[in-house]
Amino acid sequence: MRRVHDFHGGIHPAENKHQSLQQPIRNAGIPPQLILPLSQHIGAPARPVVAVGEQVLKGQLIAEPGGHVSVPLHAPTSGMVSAIEDRPIPHPSGFPAPCIVIDCDQEDRWAPLQGVANYRDCEATELLELIRAGGIAGMGGAGFPTAVKLAGKPGRAVKTLIINGTECEPYITADDSLMRERATDIVEGIAILQHILQPQEVLLGLEDNKPEAIAALRAATAGSTIEVVTFPTKYPSGGEKQLIEILTGQQVPSGGLPGDIGIVCQNVGTAVAVRDAICHGRPLLSRITTVTGDAVEAPQNFEVLLGTPMQYLLELAGLHPERCKRLVMGGPMMGFTVTTVQAPIVKTTNCILAPTAAELPPPPPAQPCIRCGLCAEACPASLLPQQLFWFAQGKEFEKLEQHKLFDCIECGACSWVCPSHIPLVQYYRASKADILEQRREHAKSEQARQRFEARQVRLAQEEEEREAKRAARKAAAEKRAELAAQGDAEDPIQAAIERAKAKKAAQQDGQPVAASVSPEAALRQKLAKAEQRLAQSVASGEDAKIVSALEASVERLKGKLAEAESAATESGAT
Amino acid sequence: MPSWIAEYPLLAALLALVGLGAPFGALLGFAAVRFRTEGNPIADEINAILPQTQCGQCGFPGCRPYAEAIAGGEAINKCPPGGESTIQALADLLDVEAPPLDEEHGEEKVKAVAYIREDECIGCTKCIQACPVDAILGAAKQMHTVIASECTGCDLCVEPCPVDCIDMIPQPESLQTWHWQMPAQRSNNLEIIATDATPAERAA
Amino acid sequence: MALMRVSSPHAHGSYSTGMVMRQVLLATLPGVFMLTLFFGFGTLINVAWACLVGIAFESLALFLRGRSLTFYLKDCSALVTCVLLGIALPPYAPWWLIAVGVAAAILMAKQLYGGLGYNPFNPAMVGYVVLLISFPVQMTAWAPPRGLADVPNLWEALQACFLPAQFDGVTMATPLDILRQNQGLLMEDLWAQTPQFGRWAGIGWEWVNLAFLAGGLWLLYRRIFTWHAPVAMLASLTLMSALFYAGGSSSSGGSPLFHLLSGATMFGAFFIVTDPVSSAVSVRGRLVFGALIGVLVYLIRVWGNYPDAVAFAVLIANFAAPFIDHYTQPRVYGHGKSGGTG
Repeated sequence: MRRVHDFHGGIHPAENKHQSLQQPIRNAGIPPQLILPLSQHIGAPARPVVAVGEQVLKGQLIAEPGGHVSVPLHAPTSGMVSAIEDRPIPHPSGFPAPCIVIDCDQEDRWAPLQGVANYRDCEATELLELIRAGGIAGMGGAGFPTAVKLAGKPGRAVKTLIINGTECEPYITADDSLMRERATDIVEGIAILQHILQPQEVLLGLEDNKPEAIAALRAATAGSTIEVVTFPTKYPSGGEKQLIEILTGQQVPSGGLPGDIGIVCQNVGTAVAVRDAICHGRPLLSRITTVTGDAVEAPQNFEVLLGTPMQYLLELAGLHPERCKRLVMGGPMMGFTVTTVQAPIVKTTNCILAPTAAELPPPPPAQPCIRCGLCAEACPASLLPQQLFWFAQGKEFEKLEQHKLFDCIECGACSWVCPSHIPLVQYYRASKADILEQRREHAKSEQARQRFEARQVRLAQEEEEREAKRAARKAAAEKRAELAAQGDAEDPIQAAIERAKAKKAAQQDGQPVAASVSPEAALRQKLAKAEQRLAQSVASGEDAKIVSALEASVERLKGKLAEAESAATESGAT
Repeated sequence: MPSWIAEYPLLAALLALVGLGAPFGALLGFAAVRFRTEGNPIADEINAILPQTQCGQCGFPGCRPYAEAIAGGEAINKCPPGGESTIQALADLLDVEAPPLDEEHGEEKVKAVAYIREDECIGCTKCIQACPVDAILGAAKQMHTVIASECTGCDLCVEPCPVDCIDMIPQPESLQTWHWQMPAQRSNNLEIIATDATPAERAA
Repeated sequence: MALMRVSSPHAHGSYSTGMVMRQVLLATLPGVFMLTLFFGFGTLINVAWACLVGIAFESLALFLRGRSLTFYLKDCSALVTCVLLGIALPPYAPWWLIAVGVAAAILMAKQLYGGLGYNPFNPAMVGYVVLLISFPVQMTAWAPPRGLADVPNLWEALQACFLPAQFDGVTMATPLDILRQNQGLLMEDLWAQTPQFGRWAGIGWEWVNLAFLAGGLWLLYRRIFTWHAPVAMLASLTLMSALFYAGGSSSSGGSPLFHLLSGATMFGAFFIVTDPVSSAVSVRGRLVFGALIGVLVYLIRVWGNYPDAVAFAVLIANFAAPFIDHYTQPRVYGHGKSGGTG
């Protein structure tokens, strides 16, 4: 017998599991319409690959994964896609989200399926791809894409594979009935997981309040390496971290994953889904959901197609709407309220709880905290809930983080025991969200600051450049003015050229230079010569100084010429 | 013990004080030189708290200048975008009382993002020049648009627009941003003494 | 079908603050019975009058603060404070003394700080200490137990409370007083010479303490509080008295049994130290908190200047509670033990 460990705290709420275990799992059949949210899992929503009006077959891909951490979606039955639009989904906010709506034709025609004949011949990566293609996300309630979880971090060996059959929440019996009725399927699924992960040991953990399930699993695992481990019933022993501590005595490091200590946890429902996907090529189309609570006539477990509206299921179980003031998806400890019965069953819906007001009374007004410490005794994470509550009220985020708010698993044990009926979990949820938002805001303001500073630098640079250009222009203008004032004589080369030209002209014409030739013509001549000289000097590679001086003189001559010409035209006009 | 000490206790006390003062003074002086800090770290810390909207509602050209002004003694309640939480954080940092927001500089508003009605935009680039964080894309005679993820909601682009085609749109709550709010505080009111009941409570 | 939206958890356990308080009230019964048996009706009248005044003050404070009377009176916390104060006060105390004490406890120590849950100090002990400092004569006048003198009848007891001028009560030093003022007698001789010391720790006192112990054990059984603080206090008190017993010489501080069963030891350990509001919160914190009170009780009893020490010890420990909390935070899951075995 394996030694099981205990975890800190925990509570013993009334189990209320017998009500839904009176009958075997019942097939819920095909409702007239299925509503399939594109996001039934943690991660990016799936992307639809069908169009409105398209006929789909059972098992046909209707939405592909929207990213690495995402899963595809398949048509749970045959029919026609009648809409792709926002519909109410099971979410505590009550906000609608994009869904694919299928009008069922009740014919249930399958698309061709391709299972793997012998998974032992397959590589782990191949099988992971099949699991991903099967649209499988954790069936325990969180809905993390199973293939991603199984792949883990490369190069890290898995020591222990834990299969979670704990189902510690009151009322829920979906896993219990699955373990009773389909123990061999579970074991087959575990064998596939074993083949993928190659763990040293496989532990199937469940609480000792499920004797039938334990017997069925013991029988099914006889002769295999799977060890069925039972332990005393205590909420929340089914929490992943708590179950790991119970079975191995180890704790998952804060902020880390079970993989960090060589452990992978999977739910029994997930194991069955993996088996179906690998052995039969059947993607995840249905799940076991408990419908229970005093407001329904016949509490029981249903095998229900994903996307089935809750109303359809509740009516099958005989709901008395007048008795039901609150509808919970999940259990009474961690489940969330759904505000409309139009919301569909999704991959993570393990339970629909329709309690009467007498059964789960509405929360009474909170009294002041008397720091009795019952919450600290009950906390499975060894936190000090009363201190967290105090700091949450005062919005002292730093203190909250110091007191490890983010290690809270929101199991609700503290609220359950609180004699003052304080909604502690809600305080923690709101505080966590506020802190995350503050972090996001801070990151954003940091980015804004960088952008602002970058802009300031850029503006300063532009200003500087403009300033530099202006200064350069000014300097050039000054120099020009200076040169003009001092006349050409200053330039020895130019002066020599001028003199030579003048001499030549005098020799050629035998006339005084200035009188006979019009000023424009003389300038044109000069310009031509200067240009010639410049071309020569550039071609023969003369000193840069000379070249630039020549260029300047050419420019000057051009200017003078333009001036003279305009003067001439003016005088001509007058 | 020399007899003069007993005779002149005043002198003795004086000597003792000087004797203590000199080495401690030297130590402090040494520490001041040895552990000298560069720049003005308190302004940096203040700047890290400010929301960096760069809106200038405080009367300073941006958050950094206001941070430096606060470090120099300016009031800490002139930042409407930061609101009460920023004032509280500044008060905690500077260890002073947190005053209420100075209404003169504006009121705390819901976070919004600028949106340009693109049909009406004439491409004048005036908003681009006004944006303190370069969150508006566009060129002369070209339609402009706001990079929503970079917009700080500072309002500075609204005024310069000659055709009034910029709206400040509050960010709606979505499935991704939704979260549980704090429970309505009925009896757990933290305010104390005679007036601590909320109006609703008093009415009840 | 209107469906409500509330945060989980949807189920709730059976505890409620009012229930916790009522259990505490119930658990004081054996102790009150023993006090009445040995010292007469004084304590009963104390308790009744304190409750009456206490409810009045509590209602007044709630009214002034604009709070719902029924909602806040329902938690019975004012009653608990008043009953505890009434037990702690000497029997046959005048009505005004009790009223002043209750005012200090309810108005000053509790409501001014924001009411139940926000008081840093134990209200009953604040009331007690205010009286002890203001009216030392009245506060140190304990009636002699039955067997050493006549115990006043009910009429006389009422007279003592409401017409104190006409009441001529007898008072006698308590065993703790006698021990503190002991000059040079061996413990054995002191015991033999003084009639007040009964079999172990004083006539009446030993039974009163045992009765409070019984009430406390019942509360432990009902899981109203945890064992940590009371056991730590009793253990440290035992340890201190054993250390300084000095073999029963004239300088001895008294035997451990004497300290455990005299004065307000058991009453303090199970009804005062366990007040959750003003104590430390974590398990380790409560151990430290209780142990600190035990040490302080001994120090003040033996070397201090007051007849009993529980009130001062508790208030001093209340001061230290936030500090203790700061240094006794439990190790949170997944911190510091990564991968270790449990």
